[in-house]
Amino acid sequence: MKVFKIVMLSIFAVVIIIPLMAVVFTTFKSTSEVFSNILGVPEAFRFDNYVNIFVDQPMARYFMNSVIVTLFSVSLTVFFSSLIAYAITRMLGWIGVVFFSLFTLGMMVPAQVNMIPLYQLVYDLGLTNSLLGLILVNISVTMPVAIFIMSGFMKSIPKSLFEAAKIDGATEWAMYRRVAIPLSVPSIAATAIFLFVMHWNDLLYPLLFITQNQYKTLPLALLEFQGEYATNYPLLFTGVLIASAPMVVAYIFLQRYFVAGVTAGSVKG
Amino acid sequence: MHFRKNKSLFLFIVPGLILYTLFFIVPTLNAVIYSFTDWDGLSPDFTIVGFENYINVLTNDSIFQKAFFNNIKFMLFVLVFQTLFSLIFAMFLIKNTKTNIFLRALYFFPTILSSVSVAFIWTFIYDPNMGVLNTVLDSLNLEFLRQNWLGNQNIAIYSIAVTQVWFHTGQMLIIFVAGLQAIPKHLYEVADIEGARKWDRFRFVTWPMIAPSATIVMAYTTIQSFKAFDLIFAMTRGGPNYSTEILATRIYSTAFRSFEFGYASAQSVIFMFVIAVITVVQFRLLKASRVQE
Repeated sequence: MKVFKIVMLSIFAVVIIIPLMAVVFTTFKSTSEVFSNILGVPEAFRFDNYVNIFVDQPMARYFMNSVIVTLFSVSLTVFFSSLIAYAITRMLGWIGVVFFSLFTLGMMVPAQVNMIPLYQLVYDLGLTNSLLGLILVNISVTMPVAIFIMSGFMKSIPKSLFEAAKIDGATEWAMYRRVAIPLSVPSIAATAIFLFVMHWNDLLYPLLFITQNQYKTLPLALLEFQGEYATNYPLLFTGVLIASAPMVVAYIFLQRYFVAGVTAGSVKG
Repeated sequence: MHFRKNKSLFLFIVPGLILYTLFFIVPTLNAVIYSFTDWDGLSPDFTIVGFENYINVLTNDSIFQKAFFNNIKFMLFVLVFQTLFSLIFAMFLIKNTKTNIFLRALYFFPTILSSVSVAFIWTFIYDPNMGVLNTVLDSLNLEFLRQNWLGNQNIAIYSIAVTQVWFHTGQMLIIFVAGLQAIPKHLYEVADIEGARKWDRFRFVTWPMIAPSATIVMAYTTIQSFKAFDLIFAMTRGGPNYSTEILATRIYSTAFRSFEFGYASAQSVIFMFVIAVITVVQFRLLKASRVQE
């Protein structure tokens, strides 16, 4: 049994590690070297592919677009959702329940269901080929899950804390800032990480709304490399590595929060 | 009445509600309205065609039906293997030792990558000429197993399903570990006193106690299988010959390749209905199995 367990764990580890190592190694190879030595260590650590991809493509621009879209989408989603989660938790009677249901209903609807009217709306508003358009849509579609996670957490804050603050004359805004937010830091961190992974990696909305190079985010740019470079895996994987780097660095340092965040998000329906 | 007491709280909801209404509620309702028209997405006018789109999707559209069955095949494959693997590995890694924590973090790693990156990695593995998988098979003298993994209509959907399992097993494993760690130790002690064997321990203690985690994992895996748009789009675009087309990619092509917005909207509404039915059925089944235990 013990041997079986070790063998299984090792096989799974190899299945994860080998492809990831191959990606890293391949970025230092030429196409002919990949052909002759598919999984092995590269002959030399040449940075030709890294130079070429930056010469060939506005990589810095794609990268910045991804940073801008992710930064604003995550922070604004967290801000708006925490306000709503707070209000829902504090509201008396059935009104809070109604708002909670209205917002969390959004988790059930796959993005492809409303993408056609959404495309039309974004087009009519003149927000195609604009980072602002992407950010506004991102906020709207990820609010449901953010509200779901944060309101679950805020409900567990003892009511007596709010009562006490109220007796001291605190307004709702003051209670939101000084009681609810400081006590919800773990759930806010989990939500932010979950959204970070989602927005950084999203393909659908850039695919729908962006056609000009100067507004492309990394996943969309990568997808189009496929058409340009076909099976030039060294260049494709250099793109993959650059696109994944921020996420990997964040994962190494914030591992625990990643696990908490992605799991919290996965509890949605 | 509650309204007065809630007044200042409404202001908290307003900014988010405006965006949510504009970019989520209105488009979702519009999808239903479009579905009764023949709009092509380009011309300013359209005709209302009643249920014609729905009738055509359900009776006449062999590609949509194929996409539906592909989606079911894909879902069942992922559901079985992802749930099984994540549960087995969670049971292996239940204790919080250093090695176990490291392995959990390693297995979880693919989850943070974008679908496009994962698609490229697996296109490289499946490449018919120079791919990793065929090269490995050659070196093991198993040439007869060589395949055009993404080009063979009969297996392409399963090749992508394997990728999906690789992509998300680590995530489900974490949910199971949390569930397993919450099982009170004394239940196992009681089982031991009663002389329970390993399998009995699993059947009568572990399984009933992790049913809530299993519900979450299976529900999430199902939904994920229907949302695998990014992965499939980046790997095969639904080809060859629609053999990897799922509902989500089909709707995209109908709308943005053929510009049949009205017709694609009817497909979307049916898609939403399918998801709703599957979700309800799944929760019923799992609830029933729990009561039985």
